[in-house]
Amino acid sequence: MSKILIVAEHAEGKLNSGVAKTVAAAKGLGGEIHVAVLAADAAAVADQAAKLDGVSKVLAVSNAANAQPVAAVLAPQVVELAKNGYTHVLFPGTTFGKDLAPRVAAKLDVQQISDIMAVHGATSFERPIYAGNAITTVEAPAGTVVATVRQASFQAVGAGGSAAVETVSVNAALPTHTRYVKLEAQKSERPDLQAASRVVSGGRALGSSENFKVIYEFADKIGAAVGASRAAVDSGYVPNDMQVGQTGKIIAPELYFAVGISGAIQHLAGIKDARTIVAINKDPEAPIFEVADIGLVGDLFQVLPELTQKV
Amino acid sequence: MKALVSVKRVVDYNVRIQVKSDGSGVVTDGVKHSMNPFDEIAMEEAVRLKEKGKVTEIVAVTIGGAKNEETLRTALAFGADRAIHIKEDGEVQPLTAAKALAAAMKKEGAQLFLCGKQAIDDDANQTGQMVASLLDIAQATFASKVEVDGAKAVVTREVDAGLETLEIDLPAVITTDLRLNEPRYLKLPDIMKAKKKPIETVGLGDLGVTAGAGVKTTKTVPPPSRSKGVMVKTVDELVAALKNKGLL
Amino acid sequence: MSVERDVMEYDVVVVGAGPAGLSAACRLKQQAEAAGKEISVCVVEKGSEVGAHILSGAVFEPRALNELFPDWKDKGAPLNVPVSGDDIYFFRSADKALRMPNLFVPKTMHNEGNYIVSLGNLCRWLGQQAEALGVEIYPGFAAQTAIIEDGVVKGITVGDMGVNREGEHKPDFTPGMELRAKYTLFAEGCRGHLGKQLIRQYQLDKDADPQHYAIGIKEIWTVPAAQHKPGLVVHGAGWPLDLMGTDAMGGSFLYHFENNQVLVGLIVDLSYTNPHLSPFDEFQRFKHHPVIAQYLKGGTRTSYGARAICKGGFNSLPQMVFPGGALVGCDLGTMNFAKIKGSHTAMKSGMLAGEAVAEALLAGDEGGKALSSYVDKFKASWLYDELYRSRNFGPALHKFGALIGGAINYIEQNWFGGKFPWTFHDLKPDHATLKLAAESQKIVYPKPDGKLSFDKLSSVFLSSTNHEEDQPVHLQLKDATIPLAKNLPMYDEPAQRYCPAGVYEIVGEGSGRRFQINAQNCVHCKTCDIKDPAQNINWVAPEGGGGPNYANM
Repeated sequence: MSKILIVAEHAEGKLNSGVAKTVAAAKGLGGEIHVAVLAADAAAVADQAAKLDGVSKVLAVSNAANAQPVAAVLAPQVVELAKNGYTHVLFPGTTFGKDLAPRVAAKLDVQQISDIMAVHGATSFERPIYAGNAITTVEAPAGTVVATVRQASFQAVGAGGSAAVETVSVNAALPTHTRYVKLEAQKSERPDLQAASRVVSGGRALGSSENFKVIYEFADKIGAAVGASRAAVDSGYVPNDMQVGQTGKIIAPELYFAVGISGAIQHLAGIKDARTIVAINKDPEAPIFEVADIGLVGDLFQVLPELTQKV
Repeated sequence: MKALVSVKRVVDYNVRIQVKSDGSGVVTDGVKHSMNPFDEIAMEEAVRLKEKGKVTEIVAVTIGGAKNEETLRTALAFGADRAIHIKEDGEVQPLTAAKALAAAMKKEGAQLFLCGKQAIDDDANQTGQMVASLLDIAQATFASKVEVDGAKAVVTREVDAGLETLEIDLPAVITTDLRLNEPRYLKLPDIMKAKKKPIETVGLGDLGVTAGAGVKTTKTVPPPSRSKGVMVKTVDELVAALKNKGLL
Repeated sequence: MSVERDVMEYDVVVVGAGPAGLSAACRLKQQAEAAGKEISVCVVEKGSEVGAHILSGAVFEPRALNELFPDWKDKGAPLNVPVSGDDIYFFRSADKALRMPNLFVPKTMHNEGNYIVSLGNLCRWLGQQAEALGVEIYPGFAAQTAIIEDGVVKGITVGDMGVNREGEHKPDFTPGMELRAKYTLFAEGCRGHLGKQLIRQYQLDKDADPQHYAIGIKEIWTVPAAQHKPGLVVHGAGWPLDLMGTDAMGGSFLYHFENNQVLVGLIVDLSYTNPHLSPFDEFQRFKHHPVIAQYLKGGTRTSYGARAICKGGFNSLPQMVFPGGALVGCDLGTMNFAKIKGSHTAMKSGMLAGEAVAEALLAGDEGGKALSSYVDKFKASWLYDELYRSRNFGPALHKFGALIGGAINYIEQNWFGGKFPWTFHDLKPDHATLKLAAESQKIVYPKPDGKLSFDKLSSVFLSSTNHEEDQPVHLQLKDATIPLAKNLPMYDEPAQRYCPAGVYEIVGEGSGRRFQINAQNCVHCKTCDIKDPAQNINWVAPEGGGGPNYANM
């Protein structure tokens, strides 16, 4: 029987949505699921974690040193918690989890498993390698399983539970070599292509750089980054750094619009990790429709303005 | 101040990955290998710190078989002063690598450990953090800006919520992200000079490291191909479909 | 813009790390070592690594390798699959074929004692041997220009890095280095861009027939084990090309390699006359022939690439030397087309050049001479004899078609030992053979089925070709108006079809129509430089490291 500890990510008193996805992965392991909330004052976040379906206990660790998520400070505390008979210590596969998990694994002297995308059993998992170009099935070695959970692979559990919240104090020496200074939200008005959760890309069918205006207008309306196909870049409509695809950028947004892009395989390679692909193209035979989740055959110069207006 | 930069030899990022038909792994024979691109960024940052006078000596380290010497030569061409080749022909998993690298850090008495945030083969994103953990020193991962000032460094990190700034005491580990810098072109004269720079070879055992139990890969398959979705006829239907999926 | 360039001096600089260049480099070092002296040798290679731009069938005849490294087996040369059988087919139509009885196979097409290899991997191995001998190899650096002073080749200049599309210097601009040498050996392969300039500048071809070319397109397949017959070699002529006529000639190959891999390819002579012909599409439909499909069906295509071949042979050989340097391998044109093999001949020519240069340098030569000793060695070698015997093969095919020409070849090779008392000549260059589009029959190619046949872009993707996006276009038009003003009305711009990588496109309608060059797609096959009817496209080396990244090709 597994005993699973999930380390919660949170900010400004709010539980990160990645925790609910991590719980979903943990449910596949079978066993007791506990969530540890380490914060300056853990109560509010602990209450939110207690509601997650499948969680049986929440450990609330309040300590002024935990005011900010500094991995070097959190790690010794997680290690202490993990020693209470936990078979698994899971982290959301966010920058928070990726920063912290290896620091814990090294102290527990176990190899870590990164980016679990499917759970086959208590020690058997799937994880991607080579940027998702291959999927491996791995078997964890004996000892505590330390892992991060790939966010795109699990649906968040519901929030209808009511786990017990236990206030815990952890006795661990905390380092002072790392000091949090500040957090700034990304400044750029239009999100960065590689980090954006929504991307709108235009292809050669745009016909000119001026015509790319319709792409920008739609992207700005839905808060999306703007990309382009190689053909559009080669035609000089947009600069090189906007190219999505084989030699350009590989992106993994939640929502991807391919507008006037026929879908040369280079481009498809760059967007295969996109969660939902919407294709708008006037050629019903365009290869992009073969991979699109939603396709619309039509003239982009009519469709896009209408779409901009209606979303 | 001495900086240690760990560089990994990986299948080149331009190579299209092929999974072996028997599921035993990906094809790595006969395909081009090069330095992990994130490690190139780490090398570049080390060289820039040296050019600014913050770092006085750069030591490049790699772990792996004989062919890894190429990767070290690349690091030397970038501007590393010398290199250490931790020779190991078998698979080296992150914790084992971290133990060897931590031992090298100690042996060298280096103040700064730089490496890429992850290698583009196993995508583990672990080694740097593990080195910091084993040495009980500070870490700043996903660095997009690094300023070294005396015994401290101020590092801007690319985290999901935006840009986080940490102040860390040295010695410390910094792992580098894509936007930290753009690695320079290697110049032919530098590559020529790199052939003559010294490489020290040690074994894992020389550093007191034995590989413990590892993660076992039992099967490797290509990712599932995308299947064709639904076709809608009007913009209204499209908006409805997107709302239906919770995407708008 | 004048820039300060670093200069490095070597005894010998070799351009191109293919079989010819590496063999030359190895031979130079071997000779120096035997004499107890030092000869410094530097090899530059435009590919991102040794072997990245190498593409060949390949059935490999080990004759030259036996001479260069008699102990190649112990040194682990990747010759793992001996030829176990030779099949030759005349493809009569899309579903009919005639297997040629062994009795009538010309001697040159027998492959006992030969190996099926990846020439790329063989070059990787040769590169290791060369480095072990002390040769310096610099992949990722393209020779951009030959340094010629007072009519003497003094070395090469490596291409600049960090120049943008408009030709301006980017912040990371790095000027290319000058590599100066007493002797420079050009081993760029077929239609090398420096070789082409040198041939023109020194009029090396003034006494030779025009060079003739073909484009070879190749794929690697992994097939079900039951369909795999390691060592089996299948050669073919005819469909989808001409068997009797001479308008579209060529041949096909299918080799059963190691690890359930099948290497399949079509070689299309660039003397074809119909501008509507697309070698790529011919190859795609060729794979549907039952003789070929039986081996490929149920398999997966893992690699794709293309490369031009020099097939003029003996009659087209230019002069080999000029002051300060020499041409070797396919840069010279040493392929034996009767055997469809150029690797052993390329290696041998490199070795002979290496020997000649080594002897000169070891005798105190200060460089800069036209080394007639290389020519003498060539004439005294088996290479000369082999090329001489095969001199009529190509011209006979071009004159009489695959079947009759093949028969003549059979008679010459098997009855006369390759020594007919006469020589056929083929004097029309390949860029001059196209008929007008209006006078040629349109060719409708079947749609690829996604199983045996594929579209161009998904094919190019498998070559892993890559170029830094922001750099000058390396496919230079001497006159930018020709594609639309001449090639389009006259030949329906054949570049759209002869390019196997989709580099050239006519896009837009009416006044918005233009000639688009997708330089990033280029697989460095050089076909455009050869076949453009206006000879308007000049292929130059892009930024070093650009181009295909072939694995196991």
